[in-house]
Amino acid sequence: MKAPSGRLHKVVSRAMPDEAPLLRVRDLVTSFRTDAGTLRAVDGVSFDVPRAGTVALVGESGCGKSVTALSILRLVASPPGRIESGAIELEGKDLLKMTEREVREVRGNAVSMIFQEPMTSLNPVYTVGWQIAEPVRLHQRKSRRDARARAVELLRLVGIPEPETSVDSYPHQLSGGQRQRVMIAMALACEPKLLLADEPTTALDVTIQAQILELLRELQKRLSMSILLITHDLGVVAENAEHVVVMYAGRVVESAPVRDLFAKPMHPYTRGLLESIPRPGKHRRLRTIEGMVPDLRRLPPGCRFADRCALRIERCNREEPPLEQTSPARRSACFRSAEVSP
Amino acid sequence: MTPPDELFQPAPKAPGPEERKEPPSVPPGDARPRTLAATERVAKYFPVEGGWFGRSGRFVRAVDGVSIRVRRGETMGLVGESGCGKSTLGRLMLRLLDPTFGRVIYDGQDLTTVSQRDLRPLRRRMQIIFQDPYSSLNPRMTVREIVGEAIRIHKLAKTRADEEARIAELLEKVGMRADAMDRYPHEFSGGQRQRIGIARALAVEPEFIVCDEPISALDVSIQAQIVNLLVELQETLGLSYLFVSHDLKVVEHVSNRVAVMYLGKIVEQAPADLLYAEPRHPYTRALLAAAPQPDPERKRVRLVLEGDVPSPIDPPSGCAFHPRCPRVVKGTCDKEVPRLEGTSPGAEHRVACWNPHTE
Repeated sequence: MKAPSGRLHKVVSRAMPDEAPLLRVRDLVTSFRTDAGTLRAVDGVSFDVPRAGTVALVGESGCGKSVTALSILRLVASPPGRIESGAIELEGKDLLKMTEREVREVRGNAVSMIFQEPMTSLNPVYTVGWQIAEPVRLHQRKSRRDARARAVELLRLVGIPEPETSVDSYPHQLSGGQRQRVMIAMALACEPKLLLADEPTTALDVTIQAQILELLRELQKRLSMSILLITHDLGVVAENAEHVVVMYAGRVVESAPVRDLFAKPMHPYTRGLLESIPRPGKHRRLRTIEGMVPDLRRLPPGCRFADRCALRIERCNREEPPLEQTSPARRSACFRSAEVSP
Repeated sequence: MTPPDELFQPAPKAPGPEERKEPPSVPPGDARPRTLAATERVAKYFPVEGGWFGRSGRFVRAVDGVSIRVRRGETMGLVGESGCGKSTLGRLMLRLLDPTFGRVIYDGQDLTTVSQRDLRPLRRRMQIIFQDPYSSLNPRMTVREIVGEAIRIHKLAKTRADEEARIAELLEKVGMRADAMDRYPHEFSGGQRQRIGIARALAVEPEFIVCDEPISALDVSIQAQIVNLLVELQETLGLSYLFVSHDLKVVEHVSNRVAVMYLGKIVEQAPADLLYAEPRHPYTRALLAAAPQPDPERKRVRLVLEGDVPSPIDPPSGCAFHPRCPRVVKGTCDKEVPRLEGTSPGAEHRVACWNPHTE
């Protein structure tokens, strides 16, 4: 390609900021007021999402992974919820410092979200075409006819059969898998840079789950968007993410490239999760993580995982281990992280 | 009507301790029939509402002519996607639902013809564990009442102290402390509630338990705890399970034999290791390929099934899987219903397919 030298220079200089992650979350704290006092559902969470990459946010119910996603879009219901502190930078701009009006410009536009339950997230009284076209009309100020044409195009993109007809159907007329496709179409309407996918396939059957994940991978490639994939399914993580952030009781306990994490977990909780998956040819008794997640209103003074941990030492009961870098791309919050996978 | 021969065959010799795939609980020389619970071409059609006076004359064929056997001490896994009829089949085996036609046999007795009075003592021998530990426990009853209810109904304790001791023992069996007795379900986590549900099922000392998606609503780390508990209880109490689940990995882990259902019919059935190692039915293959594996090094198998599961109201002609099948044979699969037949004469591995995989 022949390009004037001036322009070449410009391309090179533009490559620099592209190295920076698309999304940076720093020390995010989101709390909820309950009858029994205030609890921090997300308590000092930091991670990055690179451009065009997929980061998985993993953890069990109540660990704060969904609240993290809702915080990114500033959709935490307030009250009882409140984003207390931290920074959420999208291309360097802190979403937490924006006015409500500015955030609305971002939602469904540069950042959009898909949810677990497509039936409850779609409005039953509007056609799917109308719902897909809504963000297009809002953000791109297109005419009704153009918006409808865009809806048909998006339905085709997500693989809905006969999009010209389907555009006029209502959510209840579609199957679960098709509804999830419609929701993806809605989320993609303005070609977001970042898609927050909160358990996007948990409510679906395995064969439909495979279709939807395949579709997301394909669309990611085509639109070069970043995905924050929130899931509890380690199989889905292994096949779809490049980097994994593991959460436990509101904190990040481990963060690592997917291969490293599965090959050599560096936090006892991650290791416990990986070992509790049944694998063929292994013993009849599964390894388990004994006990259960602590009550966020009555957290122990030390490590939150300590009372379930086989590697616990006395120090763990007193001090909370910080999330420390163990190699350039990995971090773990454990005093004995080097001994977790001998 | 005479039950088929296999129901009256004596149990096989007890297996060695290392053969975990064989049911462990049959003592040597046991002359009882090997099959504990079975169905014979059982079907359940639910009427579709709508039309004049709520009757449309159409039916959902939830279960459509299924024969299945659960042997003493074994776990029979039943897998399939939502709406395939696996939960309905479980309920039919307990006669919680009346079949539209076909028979349900328990320990040699036909449950579909037995009188209500004779049914009750049989009921004591079979139980069910539900998926959702949140909605399956009465929120206004204490754990003592939940677990003790069946003990009272079946008069299994002589005195109050007896009853209390029994409840405490049951709670201990499922890994809970006796002081949980006077608390209410909402005070417990999902995993603990599932333990309470298991204690309730064990209260009547059953031999056969239908586990209907018992871990699907639980977190990963808790799932393993409950699976271990169920396996342990089976070993100590000699229970037989019908383990209904959509999770292929868990079913493989717990089952001696596995049946795969699609649109109301069993499409393949085999000893667990065989089914997972050499699946013959294209649907079984697709299911196994679709399940994501927790191994980032493994190359993703691109075997994505097209389309959705068709409606069980108007299932496709011939083999119900033919519109989605990559191995469909035009003129056969869309016309004739394949029967569930052994891969070789008398084989335990059976498949209902006109063009099964052979290697």
